[in-house]
Amino acid sequence: MADPETFVEAASPHMDGLYGAAMRMTRNAADAEDLVQETFLRAYRGYGRFEEGTNLRAWLYRILTNTFINTYRAKQRRPEESDLGDLEDLYLYRRLGGLEASQRGRSAEDELMDFVTDTEVKEALESLPDQFRIAVLLADIEGFSYKEIAEMLDIPIGTVMSRLHRGRKALQKGLADFAVERGLLPRPDEPLASVATVPTNRIDADD
Amino acid sequence: MTDDTRPLDPKNRDGHHGCDDALTKLYEYLDNELDESLRAQIEAHLQECSPCLEAFDFEAELRRVVADRCQERVPEELRSRILSVLSECDLSTSALYDPLAADSSPGGPA
Repeated sequence: MADPETFVEAASPHMDGLYGAAMRMTRNAADAEDLVQETFLRAYRGYGRFEEGTNLRAWLYRILTNTFINTYRAKQRRPEESDLGDLEDLYLYRRLGGLEASQRGRSAEDELMDFVTDTEVKEALESLPDQFRIAVLLADIEGFSYKEIAEMLDIPIGTVMSRLHRGRKALQKGLADFAVERGLLPRPDEPLASVATVPTNRIDADD
Repeated sequence: MTDDTRPLDPKNRDGHHGCDDALTKLYEYLDNELDESLRAQIEAHLQECSPCLEAFDFEAELRRVVADRCQERVPEELRSRILSVLSECDLSTSALYDPLAADSSPGGPA
């Protein structure tokens, strides 16, 4: 049984990460602060139930996720089974593939770093429906395994995988849409010739 | 190599039979969820198929970028508020407290 005296020292290093996850879940700073505080309070009071030697970080995220789902999501009440559309795999990679000729000599990394800003990544992620957003957040940003995510969300591993699969494609579509807005990518139905070869300025591609 | 030899195009996969297998396992590979033998099969394929390797690298890099861009620092004010809330918290009634119970939500999911 875990000793409350050791809780603060053990849990504090995870506060930044929990706060980031709370920001993506609640989509605003005020709710994120409340959610993190509630998570720490619950974890502190329930620390006696934490089995020493198991993963404290996963336990804290489980409490965070659980608290979010039971309180904040009930408040927000959005339609849950959202249609993310039927997107092809490797959505963004395929869309960017069309740019190779005009961006020769630049690595995929430079290209990506240029075209996705902090704000755009956060917005694209936050625009995903809850069930997809939480799965992608826990896997891609927090690095939890399918099994850990399945336990946190109390769903089968197969469901985790399908939420990740669809959520990741939708996230890539969101990032591609931002790139289209900035004139870095053509609209899907537009010929490549109308795209800027210099990605720094937005161009009018209305010809 | 010209564009029309790209094995990622489903119409041009002759001679690249490992591509389908590799791409359907792409995320499980990047998620570190494959057993060793499947992992080895995919790595062997990536060694000989540069278009697949490029796609895998892209997805891995995109994930790093997304994760980097989502890092946050907890506001100092919140950090100290939490520490003070905990220090004032009375644990004498907490013996049976379950932090995962949905005690603050009146109704379950519809």
